[in-house]
Amino acid sequence: MAGQSDQLVKPGSGRGLLDVYGDRFLLKLLVRKEIKVRYRGSVLGLLWSYVKPLVQFLIYFVALGIFLNLQRGTPNYAIYLFAGIVLVNFFTESLSNATRSIVDNRDLIRKIYLPRELFPVSTVWVSAAHFLPQLLVLIGACLVVGWTPSILQLAAVVLIFGMVAVLATGLGLMFGAVNVYFRDSENIVDMIVMVVTWASPVLYVWSMVERVMGPWFWVYQLNPMTVAVEVFHWAFWEPTLKADQLVADTMPPDLLTVWLPVAMLVTLAVLFLGQLTFRRLAIHFAQEL
Amino acid sequence: MTSHGNVAISCVGLRKQFVLRHTRSLKEALVWLVKGRKGDLSKKFLALKDVSLEVKQGETVALMGLNGSGKSTLLKLISGVLQPDGGTVRTRGRVAGLIEVGAGFHHDLSGRDNVYLNGAILGMTEKQIDNMFDSIVEFSEIGEFIDTEVKFYSSGMYLRLAFSIAVHTDPEVFLIDEILAVGDEPFQRKCIAKIKELADLGKTLFVVSHDLDLVATVCERGVLLEHGQVIMDGDVHDVVSELRRRSLTET
Ligand SMILES: Nc1ncnc2c1ncn2[C@@H]1O[C@H](COP(=O)(O)OP(=O)(O)OP(=O)(O)O)[C@@H](O)[C@H]1O
Ligand SMILES: [Mg+2]
Repeated sequence: MAGQSDQLVKPGSGRGLLDVYGDRFLLKLLVRKEIKVRYRGSVLGLLWSYVKPLVQFLIYFVALGIFLNLQRGTPNYAIYLFAGIVLVNFFTESLSNATRSIVDNRDLIRKIYLPRELFPVSTVWVSAAHFLPQLLVLIGACLVVGWTPSILQLAAVVLIFGMVAVLATGLGLMFGAVNVYFRDSENIVDMIVMVVTWASPVLYVWSMVERVMGPWFWVYQLNPMTVAVEVFHWAFWEPTLKADQLVADTMPPDLLTVWLPVAMLVTLAVLFLGQLTFRRLAIHFAQEL
Repeated sequence: MTSHGNVAISCVGLRKQFVLRHTRSLKEALVWLVKGRKGDLSKKFLALKDVSLEVKQGETVALMGLNGSGKSTLLKLISGVLQPDGGTVRTRGRVAGLIEVGAGFHHDLSGRDNVYLNGAILGMTEKQIDNMFDSIVEFSEIGEFIDTEVKFYSSGMYLRLAFSIAVHTDPEVFLIDEILAVGDEPFQRKCIAKIKELADLGKTLFVVSHDLDLVATVCERGVLLEHGQVIMDGDVHDVVSELRRRSLTET
């Protein structure tokens, strides 16, 4: 405690996300609190984080897979679908909770100085706690149908998890900060959440989009969530296919060599922009809330 | 007593402005922009104007003034919750602000969870809380209720636990805003004794209270705020009698 205490410092001037790293203990407690409070008084508790995506999966599978008969053109459509849903849910849950996190914690922010980035970051961790068990279910399902991933594919899963978490943090910082001043931010995020499931190849396959967009397909690929979902398909769904089910357009071209690096750059840019916006707006959080 | 040497809190020309009547919708803001920024979206209000103040390490200062004079605002600037619009504020050492007791409490968590959460919020490490835990519970006299959700606490119990955590954070500078008013007589006495003990240990105290007698026993120096300006700074007894005199002439 002594080291830093011998100079005069300006109170309330933090280093943003770096401070969050220094405050890991508080972050852990905030995440634990959030999970405890979210499921208080519920019998199923954390099990709800399985039930919801499962229901969602069933609806899509019945409506799209069976009624619209997408499963005929896409082998192992159930795996394809679930891999996308799980990842997109992680993103949307993180983003919408991060957006609300500053306003939700206004009592604290108004009275005590802490690195405010803690709140959006902790919501992303809470979502991760919901995401990881779902990932286990996905892995179980994949193993049942004969999943044999390569090391590279497993590494890609971890990378994509990190990338989506960073993307959600960046956007969450941005929209969470703006939400303090304009509550419209929440509605914009609700819209993004709605669009994201359909703007990435979660329910359909990418080649359907290419057929329509033609030379403009790269615009579609610029969305980091699109790339994230495609890489997830490559890691979970593609290794479950039999040799005769693999066709030339199973995976989009240049996915790992071009689009994955592009997506990571976009994600980092979003994080940078989010942190920048957040820091500029955070100065007046306490008096605006 | 420790040396009254180093500066613990230094405020130079502090100005804090609040914006009143705020628009909360993007539409209103856009309409205003499109119309060429005609009219003012908001009214400005100066809560602090040019406040300069220096507190030495180990000093005990009482900040007094009528409602709305800017006391809480000044405390929030010192704790870093608010940022000044002009001037600078600097502090030395760890500052703990009891701007409001139990600000970090969560109703649906047990007392135990809240001790950890609140302790961490006030800047304690995991090990510090582990070590202090029993002492915190003992001081608060909560006893077996420590594992009950705090929403079932009486407001006095709530205060006891919150105060107990705060005094155990062991900061160098202690900001206290209006918290001594709650709690029953014995506990209040205990709190005051604890605060005096902290003062004797050489901690810097910066206390806001409307309880002038109490403040006069705890603090040595008094600062009087009026409409966001320091109008008097001196021995606490002089400031208390000046505030009393002013209050009398006003009514
Ligand atoms: N977030 C805010 N937005 C707008 N005005 C504010 C805000 N916070 C404080 N004010 C205004 O600043 C002025 C000073 O408030 P402050 O809370 O500092 O008073 P105080 O001296 O603590 O009063 P009290 O004795 O009642 O606690 C008040 O007029 C108040 O309305
Ligand atoms: Mg006040």
